[in-house]
Amino acid sequence: MKRIFFVLSTLSLLGLLQWGVTTLLLDGPIRQGPYYYQILILAGINIVLAVSLNLTNGIAGQFSIGHAGFFAVGAYMAASVSYYAGPAIRGLVGFLPLAGQDAAVLLLALAAAALATALAGLLVGIPSLRLRGDYLAIVTLGFGEIIRVLILNIDAVGGARGFSGIPKLSNFFWVYLLVAAVIATVGNLLRSSYGRAFIAIRENEIAAQAMGIDVTRHKVLAFVISSMFAGMAGCLFGHYTMYLHTNSFTFVKSFEIIIMIAIGGLGSIEGAVLGAVLLTVLPEAFRGFESYRMIIYSLALILIMIYRPQGILGQASVLKRLGARMAARRSAQGNVPVTAPAADGGNGG
Amino acid sequence: MLTLSHVSTRYGSIQALTDVSLEVEKGSVATLIGANGAGKSTALRSIMGLCQPHAGEILFEGRKLNKIPTHRIAAMGIALVPEGRAVFANLTVLENLELGGYLQRDGKRLRLDIDHVYEVFPRLKERMAQMAGTLSGGEQQMLAIGRALMAHPRLLLLDEPSLGLAPLMVHAIFDAVDRINREGATVLLVEQNANLALKRSRKAYVLETGRIIMQGDSADLAKDPRVQEAYLGE
Repeated sequence: MKRIFFVLSTLSLLGLLQWGVTTLLLDGPIRQGPYYYQILILAGINIVLAVSLNLTNGIAGQFSIGHAGFFAVGAYMAASVSYYAGPAIRGLVGFLPLAGQDAAVLLLALAAAALATALAGLLVGIPSLRLRGDYLAIVTLGFGEIIRVLILNIDAVGGARGFSGIPKLSNFFWVYLLVAAVIATVGNLLRSSYGRAFIAIRENEIAAQAMGIDVTRHKVLAFVISSMFAGMAGCLFGHYTMYLHTNSFTFVKSFEIIIMIAIGGLGSIEGAVLGAVLLTVLPEAFRGFESYRMIIYSLALILIMIYRPQGILGQASVLKRLGARMAARRSAQGNVPVTAPAADGGNGG
Repeated sequence: MLTLSHVSTRYGSIQALTDVSLEVEKGSVATLIGANGAGKSTALRSIMGLCQPHAGEILFEGRKLNKIPTHRIAAMGIALVPEGRAVFANLTVLENLELGGYLQRDGKRLRLDIDHVYEVFPRLKERMAQMAGTLSGGEQQMLAIGRALMAHPRLLLLDEPSLGLAPLMVHAIFDAVDRINREGATVLLVEQNANLALKRSRKAYVLETGRIIMQGDSADLAKDPRVQEAYLGE
């Protein structure tokens, strides 16, 4: 009941925001409105990418550097669905108003993207996550490039020309709905026994195994969920830009997402959100510096890493949450008074 | 309860265990002593499924352990306290214990188990909100053992619990192991500190370059001149 209420209020809040953002930025008085709108959308997509990658890299401690590959699989899969099957889907739900038909096409494309990337995650994850060490990094890097070259050679999705003619179905509402979904999913996982297992695996794989945790299963699970959200982000990206080209999905994009979570603080959801927003907004904010823009941007990143090597938020937030949970349990047990240090314990980590 | 018969394990081309046979009786404390690199840890790792023997058979309560993945061996009632303690450094003491009870789905039981660990190691209760990485070596060893206890193991495998600890702390740890044994867990102890291990166990095996070269009652082995010369420094 509480959950239904929560979902409904999130949906209506997003609807309200969608209306506000559209009237203000797209139809409204602000001169550069559409430009700000685009930054808002890209920030949302980057948040989904960063929070999902953080599940693998930050929380479960498995280093993946192929997130852009899954982003690409999702984007092209979804675009193919709406491009080739879109009219048929519209025919099936012809009784709906236009907005409803749009939603039906987008949801099907989203589902196809999620399915395809979850499958891809499984195929990449099972062989490489059984092994300990850097195999995942190597395999995912290779996967990202293979996918890119593969797409470049599939004529049905435009190949080197790029995939154009994708209907514009995605907007603020859908992007931030996905943002809410990924934050809720990763946040809930983190609080469940799965989350504890992920953290145990990150901290010490042998000890985790000896405690009865099925290490491979949990690693693959984290990786598949992470890939799936990257794919869904790809779907919304393609249906916003209406054009896809493999140049958006090189390993540079993967590294950009890694930088987002490193800047924000590995393992922290808030950190991933902050990192994604910063890395979307900063390059835009520095446009005033014209040709010095990228120099200043790089300098800003270097300075952050020098003064906050653990990321802006570090792991403080995750551990704080765990600390708070623990304090609550202790006070419920009633044997030790709850004191503040329990909540601050994470600052060292 | 635990039987190894003719077990051989190798890492790549390096033979770590050769034809090792041993038996741990239910309710007893058995020890495996030997010098550095004798294969003691490998023996525990083989039992726990962390490495696979290429020959021989490992039986626990009549069930074959070969080729069973580690997490399922843990679920069968064997707990390992790894060498070097391997606590989850960035988690608190309490969270470490909770993870030790990972297989316990009943929250109430979990809390009772945690209380039991605090009773065995009162120091852990004082430190429960502290990051495990900030504990002293002895406290980390207590935590590692406490974490293993959370799984209610019928067989507890201890890998060098005395390593790097002050003598006073070593005795506290071994007193706790005695208690755990009296409360019903069978213990297989791997130690470099042969003197201590022979005093605290019933049966002992001496391992040298991967082979068992001597075995018998701990009290007898402690008197054996060869053991005294090689391991007890007399």
